[in-house]
Amino acid sequence: MTSTDERNNRTLAAEPAGDADGGSTVALDVDPFSEDPTERPGAMQLLRAGIAATPELRAGLTTAIGLSVANAAWRLVVPVALQQVLDRGINGPDGVDISFVLWACAAAAAVVLVLTVVVQRLTLAMARVAEDVLYALRTRAFAHVHRLSIAAHGESKTGVLVSRVTSDIETLAQFATWGAVNWTVSSGVLLVSLITMFIYSWQLGLLTVVVLAPVVPIMVFVQRRQLVAYDTLRNRVGDTLGRIAETVSGVRVIRAYHHSEAARGDLHGAIGDQLAAQLKARFFFSIMFPMSDLFGGLLLAVVAGAGVYFAGAWGLSAGVIVACLLLANQLAQPIAEIGEVLDQTQTALAGWGKILGLLDQPVDVVEPVAGTTLSDGALPVSVEHVTFSYLPGQPVLHDVSLDIAAGTSVAIVGETGSGKTTMSKLLCRLADPQLGRVMVGGVDLRDLDPDARRRSIRLVPQDGFLFDDTVAANVALGRRGATRQDVDEAFSMLGLTSWVSGLSDGADTQVGERGGGLSVGERQLVALARAQLADPGLLLLDEATSNVDPETERVLGLALTALSEGRTTISVAHRLSTAEAAQLVVVFDAGRIVELGPHDELAGAGGVYSRLYESWIGNTRSGGGA
Amino acid sequence: MSERSPADPPATAEPSSEPGEADAPPPEAPQVTAAESEQRPGGMRLARSGVRLVARFARMEPWPFSLALFGGTAWAATVVGSTVVIGLVNDKAIVPVLAGTTDRSAAIWAALALLAVGVLRGGSVVLRRWYGSVTEARVQAELRRRVADRVLAMPLSEHRKRPTGQLLAVADSDVTFSTWALMPVPLTFGLVALLVFSVISLLISDWTFALIAAVLFPLLVGVSRWFSSRMVEPATRSQEKVARVSAIAHESFEGALVVKTLGRESEESDRFNGAAGALRTQRLRLARLSASYHPLVDALPLLGMVALIAVGAFRVRSGAVTSGEVLAAVALFGWLNFPIRVAGFLFESLPRSLVSMGRIESLLEVSDGADAAQEHSAEGRRHDRLPPGPPSVRFDGVGFGFEPGVEVLSDVNLEVRPGEVMALVGATGSGKSTLSELLVRLDEPTSGRIELGGVALDELTPSELRSTIALVFQESFLFATSLRDNVALGRHLDDAEVLEVLQRARARRFVEELPDGLDTVMGERGVTLSGGQRQRVALARALVRRPRVLVLDDATSAVDPVVEAEILGGLRGDGSEDDAMTVLVVAHRLSTIALADRIAFLDDGRVVAVGTHDQLLEHPGYEALVTAYERDDVAGVGDRR
Repeated sequence: MTSTDERNNRTLAAEPAGDADGGSTVALDVDPFSEDPTERPGAMQLLRAGIAATPELRAGLTTAIGLSVANAAWRLVVPVALQQVLDRGINGPDGVDISFVLWACAAAAAVVLVLTVVVQRLTLAMARVAEDVLYALRTRAFAHVHRLSIAAHGESKTGVLVSRVTSDIETLAQFATWGAVNWTVSSGVLLVSLITMFIYSWQLGLLTVVVLAPVVPIMVFVQRRQLVAYDTLRNRVGDTLGRIAETVSGVRVIRAYHHSEAARGDLHGAIGDQLAAQLKARFFFSIMFPMSDLFGGLLLAVVAGAGVYFAGAWGLSAGVIVACLLLANQLAQPIAEIGEVLDQTQTALAGWGKILGLLDQPVDVVEPVAGTTLSDGALPVSVEHVTFSYLPGQPVLHDVSLDIAAGTSVAIVGETGSGKTTMSKLLCRLADPQLGRVMVGGVDLRDLDPDARRRSIRLVPQDGFLFDDTVAANVALGRRGATRQDVDEAFSMLGLTSWVSGLSDGADTQVGERGGGLSVGERQLVALARAQLADPGLLLLDEATSNVDPETERVLGLALTALSEGRTTISVAHRLSTAEAAQLVVVFDAGRIVELGPHDELAGAGGVYSRLYESWIGNTRSGGGA
Repeated sequence: MSERSPADPPATAEPSSEPGEADAPPPEAPQVTAAESEQRPGGMRLARSGVRLVARFARMEPWPFSLALFGGTAWAATVVGSTVVIGLVNDKAIVPVLAGTTDRSAAIWAALALLAVGVLRGGSVVLRRWYGSVTEARVQAELRRRVADRVLAMPLSEHRKRPTGQLLAVADSDVTFSTWALMPVPLTFGLVALLVFSVISLLISDWTFALIAAVLFPLLVGVSRWFSSRMVEPATRSQEKVARVSAIAHESFEGALVVKTLGRESEESDRFNGAAGALRTQRLRLARLSASYHPLVDALPLLGMVALIAVGAFRVRSGAVTSGEVLAAVALFGWLNFPIRVAGFLFESLPRSLVSMGRIESLLEVSDGADAAQEHSAEGRRHDRLPPGPPSVRFDGVGFGFEPGVEVLSDVNLEVRPGEVMALVGATGSGKSTLSELLVRLDEPTSGRIELGGVALDELTPSELRSTIALVFQESFLFATSLRDNVALGRHLDDAEVLEVLQRARARRFVEELPDGLDTVMGERGVTLSGGQRQRVALARALVRRPRVLVLDDATSAVDPVVEAEILGGLRGDGSEDDAMTVLVVAHRLSTIALADRIAFLDDGRVVAVGTHDQLLEHPGYEALVTAYERDDVAGVGDRR
């Protein structure tokens, strides 16, 4: 979907209907639905919010500092040992002092071994913290998504939500095992080596800072260009894939209309554009890393040149100059490595911000602490002056009022966008109205116990979504603790026993991913059996608009009739027959109820319903007598 | 300089962890099926297939590849050269200048030498990376072009076997992954050169230094191999767990409405937490290994350097080496763990590249489709012209199946008279669409023959066939170009012609109301138009070709019945010769059926009855079906605009 869509839906989530509070103490102004990778809060703000969301992180900070220091100390061992050995062992006043050399080397080896163990321990500790934090983020984000009403409002955001819980956290995980360690190690090495150089000779230290200072801005500059180039490349890849997808989808048209040569030209053009973009991005990649070789060479030249030239003036020994050369040699690399992870860091932090932003989204349907329950049997419904909007200032329902006696069958009709589906969502409290209230069985939905609500009010959505399991398991979801016998009973009550036995493995047939192994009509049958199992007093049906084959249609009709028996039934009707059969027809137009009454009365009234009715008749029955 | 992070475990390393070494966007790792992973060659076989793969790519771009190899070798030379220069700087500048035996101007020479080596080293990296990238990008583009050509030319039966996503995966991630093994080749080449040059350099300095390296290096290799072999399993497992976590999140969020209405949030959370916990377990197993591995690989060269200093002091005392040579050897040891870290890189990417290349090849091997093939064959004896006027259509014992043994059509006999409008009626799966597609040769019948104007289809030249007959599909497909291009589809037409044909398809009015009229660019798959409007544009696309046989495969299903009647009525023309058409229309509505001269009733792949509607009503199957159509009052309200 378009980004405006996502933005709009975000506003929905950000403008809670009730007085809900997110509960988080640190608010992050991050749009969890934005796909813009650059949009992110400051690093410190993010860190504070991150610690608030996952306190597990705090333990990691001290570990990281320890790791950084230990790693840096490691890199000092050889330069310092060499300096000592050169100045006091080899170039010493009495020639080579072997015993000093051996002692110095033994000490150096001991330090290396101790540090190896320390680094190993700290690295592991850091990994533990990282995995704990990632686990906590993952599971909390997942649970939070299900608590939000947005998830249920539309499919357009499903992909975004999935990527928050999967790829964003995965990027963060990659960063934790690679980028974060790199930052810790590189910054430590950089800092400690530089300090050591200053201790040996502040002049050489200063020169080093001067030489390396331009590296960061140059790298940032090149990296920005590189990012832009990779962005372009991503678009080109998208273009190529789009072209190929179009070719594949339209291959029959291309063949039947002899269009292959032109299509081939388009494809090759897109591939050529992709190649050009790829080479441009790769150019920056090619010059980026070698810069550390160039600056490393320059730094060595300056340190060696100045060190030797001013050795007397600055009081430098041969060992000090050599140690500074070795230290200088290991300085350029960490800078380059930080440069390389900058990009990854930005993406990871942006993703982190979005996950935290998602956790920050207030829960807009807040369940009552001690809710009321409902009586068994058909329930009356009363909608009182309800106004509802997904977006502030754009109400989808305006001041809607409606009274339905217990046991009535009602058909809601109206054009797409008239508000009829939204009405059905409010009736089972997938969202709360901004104004007015919805009463079922005499109880305001907001005061109703959530378990009682789920048992007594059941929505059967348009496309009965099924989990990748058996038919029986999917039906059993209808009621907690339902047995196989209950499932079979539900099928038989709806007259579906013969349909079930006709499936390849009966009720044990696997429905496939998202129920894809069954047709739309068959998925509806499973959804109906699921509802039957719950035995609700109010049944909300959102009819499927898609074509169902005549035989399934017939079975579906019979099952619906059986299911509606003894319940209040409200159907969002797309079929003429449903409206004809209902006791009451409610006509929605532009968010208001414009007509209300039995079918026969409305059909001849010359209003909105008559027009709809004529259109249906014209579409399906013209020429019927030919 | 290190090309990979010290924290990057060798077994799990993704090239994308080095920004740019793999291309953006990071492609989805291709799914390696069980069968494919069983076929994974091991050891020598892997190496041999790898060499063949790389050689094949190298032959496609010999010059850039050679330059990249040269860059790799030059880099090794400059690395060893830089350590030698550091040693020389010590011996020729630092020590003598400080001892006062040499003029201070030696400092300038030392500086220039160090700078020069740095510049050369950087330059060699640029050379290797750039030409490596050029090789890879050009090879990828060539593979993509070949894949695209194949997608265009392969038979429809192959398209049916492969979902769009699979073909896209071949063109995108498989092509990317197939060349994955290419990029590390120049680097690996350089590493081998580095080892050779290092040994030579150490031997020239002193045999004891070479001895230390001879102990240290195998130790490093051993440690590395031990750890990488142990990391394979948890790395694979954690990849699986990542996929599992992702799959659960996807399913659960997509079914959020159902989860919510059933109140199953906590059960879903339990399911997800289980998968996330399993992922954490595998990741920690991996972390335990790499937490030991990396410090070890870093510590061993450090210990080697300390040993060098100690041994070096003895050798300096005995005068066998200078302090500069010790320094050079220490600096060289600083590079030792680098080859170890990247050596595995090539071998890790090889299996993936081979699997991906296998998939690309299996696609490239698919032969041309019937229609594509015959374009290239001799056309001499074929008919390139049918007599004017609407031809007859004849199916004579036609049978067809997508798979051997499963017949979609069997022994179909049907004769459509010139200029007649015939409706094809039958339940879903009775073979109506297949019949339509056979008529335009999108597939070849497995038995029997089809004639157009008395000439067998395969005796007609493709161009004559396509100018005679046009098929409008059930699902109207529009390209993401302008409306004009969608109608013209490669022909040069003036606006008047396009508008005239749009008028005949009853599409002119809404087209003229579009913001850019004929220049309006269709959104993806024509989403900016309604279903009925799309169908009318697709119809115009067929009509503009002035076909003498028109086949409508349920092509007006979303059009308002009144408008549909107008359109179909208009197709009969004014009776003049150049307007008349033979029309076959697959129908699902009584209103459509009513417009036909005769009706052919299909049942289970056979034509079981032909006649007028009233005649056919006596056939029980037909009667049941049309009664169902009458009852099937789905309010897919068609649009009149």
